[in-house]
Amino acid sequence: MPTVKFIEHNGTEHVVEGNEGDSLMIVATSNLVPGIDADCGGECSCATCHVTIDDPWQSKLAPASATEESMLDLNPDRETTSRLACQIPLTSDIDGIVVNLPEFQY
Amino acid sequence: MTTIVIVGGGQAAGQAAASLRQEGYEDRIVLIGDEAVPPYQRPPLSKQYLSGEHDVDKIMLRPEKFYLDREIELRLNTTVTSIKRQENLVKIGEESISYDKLLIATGSRPRKLSLPGSDLQGIYYLRTKADVDDIRSAMSDARSLCIVGGGYIGLEVAAVAKSAGLEVHVLEMESRILQRVTTEAMSAFYHQLHTDRGVHIHTNTACSGFVGEGGRVTGVQCQTEVINADMVIVGIGIIPNTELAEAAGLTTDNGIVVDDHCQTSDPDIYAAGDCTNHPNPILGRRLRLESVPNAMDQARTAASNMLGGDKSYAAVPWFWSDQYELKLQMVGFSSDGSEAVCRGEPTSLQFAQFYLHDGAVVAVDAVNSPKEFMVAKQLYGKKVNPSELADPTTDLKAILASAG
Repeated sequence: MPTVKFIEHNGTEHVVEGNEGDSLMIVATSNLVPGIDADCGGECSCATCHVTIDDPWQSKLAPASATEESMLDLNPDRETTSRLACQIPLTSDIDGIVVNLPEFQY
Repeated sequence: MTTIVIVGGGQAAGQAAASLRQEGYEDRIVLIGDEAVPPYQRPPLSKQYLSGEHDVDKIMLRPEKFYLDREIELRLNTTVTSIKRQENLVKIGEESISYDKLLIATGSRPRKLSLPGSDLQGIYYLRTKADVDDIRSAMSDARSLCIVGGGYIGLEVAAVAKSAGLEVHVLEMESRILQRVTTEAMSAFYHQLHTDRGVHIHTNTACSGFVGEGGRVTGVQCQTEVINADMVIVGIGIIPNTELAEAAGLTTDNGIVVDDHCQTSDPDIYAAGDCTNHPNPILGRRLRLESVPNAMDQARTAASNMLGGDKSYAAVPWFWSDQYELKLQMVGFSSDGSEAVCRGEPTSLQFAQFYLHDGAVVAVDAVNSPKEFMVAKQLYGKKVNPSELADPTTDLKAILASAG
């Protein structure tokens, strides 16, 4: 199973395994990684699974959809590397991906 | 070894169990739910799960293995019969489970109709996965569906059923659909949308009973007219499940009364989700909400406080509804506004209706407008210039920066 390294805002690291096809949001919540609320359950409706993903991983991901981009655009902690974890499926191509968690979800 | 018992198997219950482990609680957790499956997401039931777009794995809050791995005891298909507060016990028939802290997350159930023909086969209510499994199987054989109740659940089902090719009627006893939850303008928008898609909406039309043949429903009686339908779905609101709490002598009043810590009138007992009547310090009044974000947030708050934390729950309510390709995202209550400002053009199917009170944003209904939804969450309670807000070419970030 591919692994994901989630890094909390305070630097705490969580290296966890996930099923291929599950979203990074599901991988986080299924492994009790704090910092991802995911209130809407992955429907791109709430933006409470905001994360940042730096290169080299960012460039391996499919670009954000228009809806995801709109949800991110008005996020006060928006960075150029921001994504919504519910919109990114885990695949073997991104085995080892590093995902940074923000201090707050809005 | 201490024990925390969670009564209920919905999203608040599932989130509370996860939050307890996340906060480092290592003792016994028992989650007792009357449904057959572990906690799952309820919103997709009337949307992507009904349409078949999502399967059961996709709606699970967490995989079943999660509970096993974290030693969270799941007692499914199990109904708690009483709470003995003097002895800190919950009773499942003759069986007793003792608790140190108890969370009541019993949710709500559909309000039922008691009219002539109500017990005919083919009349459904929609609250659980099992309900929707029955509805899906009935829908695959049906050509026509009559929905009693023009609320969000009814309209979401109408959209799915119409898209699946059924003849769909919606009966609403009030003068407009969504009357209880939104403004005339939004009601008119959704009325037009559904009519354009071929759904027959009947307002000012009360259901007075059901007609059937051989024990199966064939139509809905409204005054003198019968609307023929192979199946019926009733969506006329919910009732909070407070009976267990009431019988245990906890304070209830349109929900289980809790404070901002999600604590009930018994310091060992907390409650979260649809079943609670809770204070909202931002809105300055008590609320009972039918809302997933509320259930999840209250569950996190209750979990933290059951472990000795001091967490207050204070959040602006928000909701969403998917109908056809339209995503409606709502913040606050439009009824709190005294002035409406529309940004964008409803006929374009992309617009946001902001609601102001004393010049400050108190609510938004955003249709296919996620930016406006996100900005409304941050604008809540802040004064804005209405003409700037109404102009879709004004940058939302500039509006946010200048709001006071």
